[in-house]
Amino acid sequence: MRGEPDHALNQASPRSQWRDSSSVKAIEFDGVTVRFPVTRIPFVKEWFVRRLRGTAKVDTFAALTDISLTVESGECLGLIGFNGAGKSTLLRVAAGVITPSSGRAVVRGAVAPLIELGTGFDHELSGRENIFFNGALLGRSQRTMSTRVDEIVDFSGLGQFIDLPLRTYSTGMVARLAFSIATAVDAAVILLDEILAVGDATFRERCEERIRSFRESGCTILLVAHDLASIEKLCDRVVLLEEGRIVALGKPADVIRAYGERSGSPELRHDRSLSPGIPH
Amino acid sequence: MSTIPRVERDSPPAVAAIPEFCNAAGPGVSLLDEARDLVAHEHLLRSLVLRDLTVRYKRSVLGVLWTMLNPLLLMLVLTIVFSAFFRFAIQHFEVYFLSEYLPWIFFSQTTVTSMASMAWNGPLMKRVRIPKSIFAVAITLSGIANLVISCIPLAIIMLIKGAPFSRAVIFLPVSFLILGAFTLGVSLTLSSLSVYFADIKETYQVAVVGLMYLTPIFYPMSIVPGKYLWIVRLNPLVHLLQIIRDPIYYGRLPTSLDVMISSLWAFAALISGWVVFRRLSAGFYAQL
Repeated sequence: MRGEPDHALNQASPRSQWRDSSSVKAIEFDGVTVRFPVTRIPFVKEWFVRRLRGTAKVDTFAALTDISLTVESGECLGLIGFNGAGKSTLLRVAAGVITPSSGRAVVRGAVAPLIELGTGFDHELSGRENIFFNGALLGRSQRTMSTRVDEIVDFSGLGQFIDLPLRTYSTGMVARLAFSIATAVDAAVILLDEILAVGDATFRERCEERIRSFRESGCTILLVAHDLASIEKLCDRVVLLEEGRIVALGKPADVIRAYGERSGSPELRHDRSLSPGIPH
Repeated sequence: MSTIPRVERDSPPAVAAIPEFCNAAGPGVSLLDEARDLVAHEHLLRSLVLRDLTVRYKRSVLGVLWTMLNPLLLMLVLTIVFSAFFRFAIQHFEVYFLSEYLPWIFFSQTTVTSMASMAWNGPLMKRVRIPKSIFAVAITLSGIANLVISCIPLAIIMLIKGAPFSRAVIFLPVSFLILGAFTLGVSLTLSSLSVYFADIKETYQVAVVGLMYLTPIFYPMSIVPGKYLWIVRLNPLVHLLQIIRDPIYYGRLPTSLDVMISSLWAFAALISGWVVFRRLSAGFYAQL
């Protein structure tokens, strides 16, 4: 780990950072910038008119700016920041659903994206049928899933509800099923977006339990959460994002403190980088 | 010195065996990568096609029988309308009509549904990395399956009406393949555009009805005045449907000219579909 500015709190874009270490890098973000259009041209006719006038170009804003970051194999990295800081966008770049406008992200190993749970569900199908459909969505075959069904049903705690159509489920039940499916597929890289916020206390405890067991089995985890206590408990390192840039990166306690300071005093937000006084 | 509580192990799990995935800015996904990705998601493709076929029939009592009944009922109505009013004096008019109307339904339904599917599956594409062309492909495949199923009632009608069967029908798989390729190309183009522009779908739905009347599906080519014939021949569907009607109704192999023109149209549609899709697919996330 020597020489790697891993635990230093640093400003964004040390491009060389991810090349230094000799250990296996599960996720590498290399100068990732994501721009989204601000305006839409919703009609073809309008587009043609604008095209003729030369005003077809739409304005964009940068959701992420030049993010370079390495997540090592077996590491649990937390992403924190205010709403709109770019946490979920970064997670989705890793998941491959957002293509960067510039730069690149490299992910090594099968990914289990747990981003807004239950999106692949068909509410007319039963819980059991949804297990297979969701498995297919994650690239797993019918056969693979059938060896996991019992485990999934068991973990979800849905009991006989599993054969009822999903529309009869409560929100919490859907979330439980989704979490059970997504975490039952073998994956080397797990992306978690605010999933600790759903479900009751018991289920949440089991989620944390499972995240811990992932870590023990050597999975790489990228975790977005607003619950700082969980972040501190689960993560090896934490990244603080602000307006699409990395403003702090380091040990959970340090970064969380920095986050607290920032939210407490808004004048700190813009021009003050965190001083390197935080110990390694 | 590391503060990371690392799990002790000899080698990283799973990582070594699994190929890495690179999500980079660039001109768009390559055809080879997309094809590979589709193959890797074969299970999803299969479930999408199956879901499309079963959900369509699940909630109706008669199930798959509806696909059969639909053309039968339609035939009844249209036979009355067209043979009573238009009097084209076409022998076995039902067979003449259905041999082009069934593949026409396939084309128009698939292209229209492909646009809707982008909206339905938008949330999915925003959360899980899947090849974005998979929906157009799945809908084309389930459309083909439906087309093949609907050939059964057509055969029944032919038996009842005493229309002759010819061995030329063995050419039909080739015809379906060409029409399927053309439809996939058009679907890719339209569905990609429809993500960006809300008025594409409505405009196309009107256009497709117009296109049907410009295709000699329920009238013979012979009633088209000679000076307009070249316009009709510009319509790709004229050739694409002719190569299906020839074996079924005329009991002959399609002319090589028709097969060639159809294949060229199919090829052109696929190319344009791919170009448009490749250009636009990276921006789907922001538009959906």
